[in-house]
Amino acid sequence: MRVGVFICHCGNNIAGTVDVARVAAETRKLPGVVYATNYMYTCSEPGQEEIKQAIQKENLDRVVVAACSPRMHENTFRKTVEKAGLNRYFFEMANIREHISWIGEDKELNTNKAIEAVKMAVAKVMNDKPLYSSSFKVNKRVMVIGGGVAGMQAALDCADGGLDVVLVEKSPSIGGMMARLDKTFPTIDCSICILGPKMVDVAQHEKIKLYAYSEIEEIKGYVGNYQVKIRKKATYVDWTKCTGCGACMEKCPTRNAYDHFNFGVAPTRAINIPFPQAIPKKAKIDPTFCRQFTKGKCGVCAKICPTGAINYEMEDEIVTEDIGAIVVATGYGLFDLDKFPEYGAGRYPDVITGIQYERILNASGPTSGHILRPSDQTEPKTVVFVSCAGSRDKSLGVPYCSNFCCMYIAKQAILTKDHVPDSQSYVFYMDIRSPGKGYDEFTRRAQEDYGVKYIRGRVSRIYPKGKKMVVRGADTLLGTQVEIEADLVVLATAVISAPGAANMAEKLHISYDTFGFYVESHPKLRPVETNTSGVFLAGACQGPKDIPASVGQGSAAASKVLSLFSKDMLESDPAIAQVNINACVGCLKCVKTCPFQAIKEEVLRSGKKVAKVIETVCAGCGVCTSTCPCGAIQLQHFTDNQLLAEVNAICQS
Amino acid sequence: MSVVAEKELRVVGFLCNWCSYGGADTAGVARFKQPTDLRIIRVPCSGRVDPLFVVKALLTGADGVLVSGCHPRDCHYTDGNFYARRRLEMLKRLLPFIGIDERRFHYTWVSASEGQKWQQVVAGFTNRLHQLGPLHAKKENEG
Repeated sequence: MRVGVFICHCGNNIAGTVDVARVAAETRKLPGVVYATNYMYTCSEPGQEEIKQAIQKENLDRVVVAACSPRMHENTFRKTVEKAGLNRYFFEMANIREHISWIGEDKELNTNKAIEAVKMAVAKVMNDKPLYSSSFKVNKRVMVIGGGVAGMQAALDCADGGLDVVLVEKSPSIGGMMARLDKTFPTIDCSICILGPKMVDVAQHEKIKLYAYSEIEEIKGYVGNYQVKIRKKATYVDWTKCTGCGACMEKCPTRNAYDHFNFGVAPTRAINIPFPQAIPKKAKIDPTFCRQFTKGKCGVCAKICPTGAINYEMEDEIVTEDIGAIVVATGYGLFDLDKFPEYGAGRYPDVITGIQYERILNASGPTSGHILRPSDQTEPKTVVFVSCAGSRDKSLGVPYCSNFCCMYIAKQAILTKDHVPDSQSYVFYMDIRSPGKGYDEFTRRAQEDYGVKYIRGRVSRIYPKGKKMVVRGADTLLGTQVEIEADLVVLATAVISAPGAANMAEKLHISYDTFGFYVESHPKLRPVETNTSGVFLAGACQGPKDIPASVGQGSAAASKVLSLFSKDMLESDPAIAQVNINACVGCLKCVKTCPFQAIKEEVLRSGKKVAKVIETVCAGCGVCTSTCPCGAIQLQHFTDNQLLAEVNAICQS
Repeated sequence: MSVVAEKELRVVGFLCNWCSYGGADTAGVARFKQPTDLRIIRVPCSGRVDPLFVVKALLTGADGVLVSGCHPRDCHYTDGNFYARRRLEMLKRLLPFIGIDERRFHYTWVSASEGQKWQQVVAGFTNRLHQLGPLHAKKENEG
């Protein structure tokens, strides 16, 4: 065996705290190693060229690169050795940067640790076997989960690219958060006016199949071949008959149903169409409020419906769709007001959230676009905005910035002045964060042209005084306390992950961070991919994001799907489990433990019962390998021998 | 060449590729300083870790073994870490029967975003081992 080892300086990243020359010198003493060198930037083009030349000149049959994390460059170097004629699995990486040079300060200890890391990699590579991938067919249908602006953009781009799209939306209408907004910053464009045409495009696109008011029940399979079970939740209205005339909503006697679309600013009817531009524009009964369900009698809507669409007996329906790739665009959630006891914990009707104020400003909202405060329906003259209500507050579990609140507060303050010219708005802020095209100019316009008073400081308490709300806070620039008697207080509540985000991640096998936002494959270079191939991210499910960023990510995810589907066949990862039928005793414990049902029983011609791995289904976790009592099933590239060789390299020296 | 005598102990870590190995990378990128004792072996899933690997390491020279995977319910392979948890918990209880202090073995869950937690895990476990001292008698040619 002829192993070649290449030790990377990574500029000063590694060489700064690791004596790379000594690592190379020590490596040369290892059995099996015939060539070892250190190089400034191994991942650079000349660096890779050097590997290729050494493979040829020194007749190397195995290669080890000691550099950064294999999660970073394993693929780069696998391709390099492949180009030089070696099997791509005759390659190992020793991570001497993230796990050594960047975390230890003592050069001697680091150098010693790096030598050991190389030794482990050499031990592993000498036990490596050549592996060959096979190819499998791709089902070129894409599913988009979430019909907000990011999901719609992804769906439209995929559909325009010729793919069949299945769009699944949890609520009764697509449109997401953007459909609820009144105007958008910094252009003060009407939100639904620009979103509406897109929603109609989605509805009318012949390539898009829309499941509204539906949720993902179960996802099985792998990239190119997913089977997704979708739960179509019961609406108690037959949508094939409903024309969206709204007669039922008008006559419904239950007038106190919670309005999810308007975030409870005003009650709605038990049977309702969420908003005039809803797609699909169909009615839906809320059984927690409907008298037919709570009291067992009413039936008004059934009597009034001209098409006989009402069906109180309707049940959830499960449908299965075969899919090749998934775009996740499940959006975000908002912090609850009741987390703020100092701001009244949601007890004061005139302390509302930003999105509620958005509904009040909106012409399709409960006040028809007239600014009327919830308690007594009068026009507020003094409006106080509190930014960072929850955001950037470690004690509330939200240490991050919610991204777009500074901007929408400025917008809402401008709109307030437009609606009520003799009003005065105040904004309590920590910092004004307005990085973006035309954004900073916009916040300045709010201050300079609309006279919005910005006070740098936090609000400590909000309490009622007669008909007013007293907002007490600090002005840290003047170093004084401030008290404002406001008619209406708007809290820019923190953006949090969507309700059920963690649950969805488990179904998709993607990871999420401490806050429930989905983790991208690489924070800089793979921002819409996940670690699960075939699953892509778009919009605020990955982190707080404003509209243009969400739309951009929607398009980016779509382009990733389109390029994935540009091939008819995909290559499978050959690092999967393999059964040695001579050693297998047919206990089939592996069949029971496999998380993917990728192992089945097979009866050989001799009558012997053995386990058989279904190659395309195996995901390569190796749970079976550590289950097998006789070592008969081995996860390729991570076999017992390979891992024990690494253990021995550390322990037996 | 092995661990640096008097300064280091032999610590073997089995890290799952998707969460904990990524978490250790994140800790590195963020330059969270850690003790240098740990040697990391990358496995696809904590469910791939055969308890016998741990025993083998402890019997043949390691002073401590650390296994780290994805948080329960956040496994890249759905439930590989549940299998790991059962096996490793069982192993922990069996170690005293082969004469090994169970404190020399630790399993935990660290996600790819938890660089700081990884630093704490490594520092905590290494400190614990240094308090326990080396597991194996010093060889003649060492020290």
